[in-house]
Amino acid sequence: MSLWPMAVAAGLLALSVSADAAEPPPGAASCSGCHGILPTGAAVPVLRGRPAAEIAGIMRAFKSGARPATVMGRIAKGFSDPEIDAIATWTSGHGP
Amino acid sequence: MSRGTPARRRTLFGLTVAAALAPSIARAQGAARVVVVGGGFGGATCARALKKLQPALGVTLVEAGKAYTACPFSNEVIAGLRDLKQQEFGYGAIARDGVAIAPMAATAVDPAAKTVTLGDGAKLSYDRLVIAPGIDLDWKALPGYDEKAAEKMPHAWKAGAQTLLLRRQLEAMEDGGVVAISTPAAPYRCPPAPYERASQIAWYLRTKKPRSKVLLLDSKDSFPQQRLFQAAWARLYPEMIEWVPLSQGGNVTSVDPATRTFNTDFDKHTADVANVIPPQKAAAIAHSAGVADRTGWCPVEPIAFESILQPGVHVLGDAALMGAMPKAAFSANAQAKVCAAAIVDLLAGHKPAEPRLISACYTLAAPDWGFSIVGVYRPEEGQLLEVPGAGGTSPVDGDSALRAQEAHYAEACFQTLTGEIFG
Repeated sequence: MSLWPMAVAAGLLALSVSADAAEPPPGAASCSGCHGILPTGAAVPVLRGRPAAEIAGIMRAFKSGARPATVMGRIAKGFSDPEIDAIATWTSGHGP
Repeated sequence: MSRGTPARRRTLFGLTVAAALAPSIARAQGAARVVVVGGGFGGATCARALKKLQPALGVTLVEAGKAYTACPFSNEVIAGLRDLKQQEFGYGAIARDGVAIAPMAATAVDPAAKTVTLGDGAKLSYDRLVIAPGIDLDWKALPGYDEKAAEKMPHAWKAGAQTLLLRRQLEAMEDGGVVAISTPAAPYRCPPAPYERASQIAWYLRTKKPRSKVLLLDSKDSFPQQRLFQAAWARLYPEMIEWVPLSQGGNVTSVDPATRTFNTDFDKHTADVANVIPPQKAAAIAHSAGVADRTGWCPVEPIAFESILQPGVHVLGDAALMGAMPKAAFSANAQAKVCAAAIVDLLAGHKPAEPRLISACYTLAAPDWGFSIVGVYRPEEGQLLEVPGAGGTSPVDGDSALRAQEAHYAEACFQTLTGEIFG
């Protein structure tokens, strides 16, 4: 597609992205639509601060069906194991 | 334009806005400028995410409304379960994050000059423009249905005064009346919403006016989550909702607001309360900017959602053609965060990464009866397509505990989503 070269030519600046606002890996930006920073009762858990390995393990269990789910099983099936690991690492550190 | 001096702009939007709007100052500081048109789920998310990802960016959100009135859950307002105030969200927190708010309409876009003209004639220059204006109702598409007719036969498809009008009409209706809803052909805003609305109205009628009926005149032969809806209707509102699909004459070809009559291919139906959900198109500013095509919607590439028709202009949310992704608030929010990251990359001279997006849409057939439709999307063949094997709907054989749980999640997600954007 010819859009990228044009966009690059317009690059007026080379600003670095601030460290605490690192860009999320593919898929991770969507999570904060439901998973907030503040707890909403017990309904949807906060992810930030939870160990990445724990988040990844739960995602895999949703994907396999080992863990019962409403929407998370249907979502987890759209990601490979390495993608799940990347999302878990990001949401644990930066994410919702 | 003579009004485009920093001093003049300062009087328009306030001091903090001036730097973002003044090209000479902005360039001297090396900050790129992004203008976002439209302060709904897509635009407001994108403006805030841009500023969070790259605080040095000059970000201006152009939005005429003092507050945003959200459509998700507005069917509960119609049913009397919720106050319209609970749907309204201001822009104060977004402004405090450093986004300049231009509180007026965008009236024109010049993609060649890279400027947006505002309602007062001032022009904003941009390096990248994001257009997220939502829908306009197509007042020419259904004979008999125009803005005046909407005062008799409300659409209630943009939350606000129309939502309350439909609620008042329901409240004024005698028991035993007929509430008719007509639906447009796809695409339109929020595909399951007409059927959720029929459910919510039935909930109100069952509670208050149990001899009444809901007549759903459909221009389609099938609809999203159809088995889930029909199972819910049979259980919660037996004999109360009549669905007339296209093949049985459900397609409405014209309306008469004076008599609240729907004319279909073979028949006519006069209703006591008439809700017309008319055909829709991308809002006017998208057409002015030259990003909408003959379908009435805006084609975009699937990575940064940049217009196929106008380089440098990104389109988000309901106005855009997003492949398989539905026109819905959650979708717009997910697209906006991907778009913001891609714009930061593009302005820095980097190629954006290929995204993955999730949509999760909840429907409430009753206050304690929720179900959901989910999709995971990735770029494929120039558009966003569903990742095979993922996504889908809640199980059709789910029990009432599962439905109650999903109803609870629906409310929690609405709180979180609106909190992320406006809180």
